[in-house]
Amino acid sequence: MAQTDDSVVPVEAGFTLTLEQLAWSCGTEPGWIVSLVQEEILLPTGESQASLRFDAADLARAQRAWRLQHELGANFETLALMLDLLDEIERLRTQLRCVR
Amino acid sequence: MEYKDYYKLLGVERGASADEIKRAYRKLARKFHPDVSKETDAEARFKEINEANEVLKDAEKRAAYDQLGQGWQAGQEFKPPPDWGAGFEFSGAGNQGARDFSDFFADLFGARQAQPGGRAGFNARGQDHHAKIMLDLEDAFRGGARSISLRVPELDGGGHLAYRDRSLNVQIPKGVREGQQIRLAGQGAPGVGGAHGDLYLEVQFNPHAYYRLDGKDLYIKLPVTPWEAALGAGVKAPTPAGAVEVKIPPNSQSGRKLRLKGRGLVGAPPGDVYLTLEVVLPPADTEAARQLYQTMAQQLAFNPRQALGV
Repeated sequence: MAQTDDSVVPVEAGFTLTLEQLAWSCGTEPGWIVSLVQEEILLPTGESQASLRFDAADLARAQRAWRLQHELGANFETLALMLDLLDEIERLRTQLRCVR
Repeated sequence: MEYKDYYKLLGVERGASADEIKRAYRKLARKFHPDVSKETDAEARFKEINEANEVLKDAEKRAAYDQLGQGWQAGQEFKPPPDWGAGFEFSGAGNQGARDFSDFFADLFGARQAQPGGRAGFNARGQDHHAKIMLDLEDAFRGGARSISLRVPELDGGGHLAYRDRSLNVQIPKGVREGQQIRLAGQGAPGVGGAHGDLYLEVQFNPHAYYRLDGKDLYIKLPVTPWEAALGAGVKAPTPAGAVEVKIPPNSQSGRKLRLKGRGLVGAPPGDVYLTLEVVLPPADTEAARQLYQTMAQQLAFNPRQALGV
């Protein structure tokens, strides 16, 4: 059954997330996110754990990292490399689409 | 409900060892993982493989599944036997993604909703939901309200998986990019005594008839006539904000790139539009056209293969 509502839902594009919020959104523990930060897979702003701020791109990257680790068994060291290679492939595919 | 042959899905024999199953799963997971695969049906295949692995890697579930017997064909109409589940206890809290599994899986093992680690207490905030949203490039350029529909997986009282259609009117931010995440606060799952979770949408663009997208920049192949390319001309080119007049410099060749600064997607600074010229020859299908080509052949001393030494 479709549920309809005519009101327009506001959308945020340039949002930031705290460590707790990001962990919650990925369905994981803050400690796991901290490991991603230590491996420099995520580059949040802020000095202390409480002041860390992640952006929308970090959310997508953290989720991808979660999937690669839990579904393909990647460890933290290889995760960083996998994510960089995937970014590079995406960049090259985009370029290829544009020149074709 | 259709019977699923989990052994066949993983490409292993019924007697396969736990190690063989693990190896087969790993190999297929690498091939079809939606993050790394370029197969078109990767997501659907990966789900099936995961479901098969979820059952076969677990001794309890595998034993229960084997008890159904071997007489079944994949896709065959299936109902669990009346005494199903007796004597088996499926331990563990279910796994992430179990709610995506098939009805067949849900009927045999129950579809337990994954709980993010350690938060299943009272006054818990609802889960965040994540989905993809397909937009036309023009929507992103102009922004504005747009209706989207989502399928939300939910468990009914009996632990069965059901999808609820939900439609939302959302305000698309102007200049939103491919791959960008946008957040709809409070539109996720209801909490248990706490606030609703949020809904995150990852923006994807529908393929466009003539624009190719690279971040904020747009690429277009712009067909031109031989005389426009040779003599130079003012021609019209499309941009998301409407057609603009472009100057083709004389002696242009196919492949020449022209940049229209700031005419791409909205941003600070805005993206550019790159036009790649493509010289298109008029067909020599009339006497007049053939005559013109003949005249060029006779009067222009031109060998495009000079650099090849022939």
